Amino acid sequence: MEIPYTVREREDTGLYNAKLGIWLFLASEVMLFGALFSAYILLRVGSPEGMWPHHILNVPIGTVNTIVLIISSVTVVMGWASLKMNQFGKYRMYQAVTILCAMTFVGIKSYEYYDKFTHYAILKKDGTVIDGHLVSKTTNSITLHLSAPGHHRVPFLTERPGTANIEHSAARAGENAQIPAGHEEKKDAPPVQQGATTEHAAGHAGGHGETVTVNYADAEKVENYGPKHHTYLAIYFTLTGLHALHVIGGALVIAYIWGPGAKMWKTEPERYTNRVEVSGLFWHFVDLVWIFLFPVLYLL
Amino acid sequence: MSSGHAHDVKAEVRRYLLVFAALVVGTIVTVLASYIDLGHHYNIILALVIASVKGFLVAGFFMHLISERVMIYTILVATVFFFAGLMYLTLWSLEPTSLMHDPAAIVHTEAAKH
Repeated sequence: MEIPYTVREREDTGLYNAKLGIWLFLASEVMLFGALFSAYILLRVGSPEGMWPHHILNVPIGTVNTIVLIISSVTVVMGWASLKMNQFGKYRMYQAVTILCAMTFVGIKSYEYYDKFTHYAILKKDGTVIDGHLVSKTTNSITLHLSAPGHHRVPFLTERPGTANIEHSAARAGENAQIPAGHEEKKDAPPVQQGATTEHAAGHAGGHGETVTVNYADAEKVENYGPKHHTYLAIYFTLTGLHALHVIGGALVIAYIWGPGAKMWKTEPERYTNRVEVSGLFWHFVDLVWIFLFPVLYLL
Repeated sequence: MSSGHAHDVKAEVRRYLLVFAALVVGTIVTVLASYIDLGHHYNIILALVIASVKGFLVAGFFMHLISERVMIYTILVATVFFFAGLMYLTLWSLEPTSLMHDPAAIVHTEAAKH
């Protein structure tokens, strides 16, 4: 028996099956991302004063990625509109751009992830904090390239603004500001973010371009900027990771319809156009989610 | 959108390009606005307002929600209801008067009953 309404719209709803299906699916997706947004709000507001990191992601890169995703959304509708106008060649071109945009987005996102996983924070036993990118590791020491002055770092979850530990480091930072580059490693401690100055503090008095080697024996904690370093990073990786999976999944479907699935255009053009529309609806939803993720994670 | 006439689609294509321009402008504005200190709360509100406008443009025009079937709206009314409920519960739990914040308040409330 043939399944009804795969192409033709049902009289009472005015919808073909896949269109109803994708909207029901998107409704459930709204709740999935909604729950994670809710978790973000609770983690952020529940974070002790001055302990939530700000501006630790690269805004120009995030902006470029936002625009890449917006372009891909336009090319999806333009591709669909081309099919409506019977221009298969144009559709192919537009969707090729969509797929390229998807790959660009995932590529840029991977670079951002790589940057976080090679970014380390070390809490030394004397209470100083060292922050920078990985240069090399041995079995008993780690070498970091110090972060630039004014760099916003992610504090350790165990840090508490206003404790003795922080007083100590902050004092040290003032002293370090006068010291030229190339001084001994011990004085490289950055000031620790504190209260209202969070967004402006955390410069590395030791200066940019230096490397520091720390023995594991001297370190209380050595952590990269992975999900476990801070609740901000945990929710950042959860939200953007889930979103990236959606980008990859959506791109695979669009690429399938664009490539091997395109045979259907010759036999059932209307049904094919509907497939493009439905995959496009999913794609726009993924764009929509990013429109909220970008300001929330990068800008605020 | 089920209108299949070529000239309708052409008019829509122009609209898509306008929406595209608006989305790019919105992205740039939201980035620039984040560097202006309006007071932390106003920065958050402004960023979310811009994101909502952009979201409306994507959902309304690219996803054709401004001229969709009633059935789709029906599904989305339920979604909006539950999403709003989720956000309401989230924000409610953050209220300073929320019982979740002060376990002592629960004791007081219990004591008041006796």
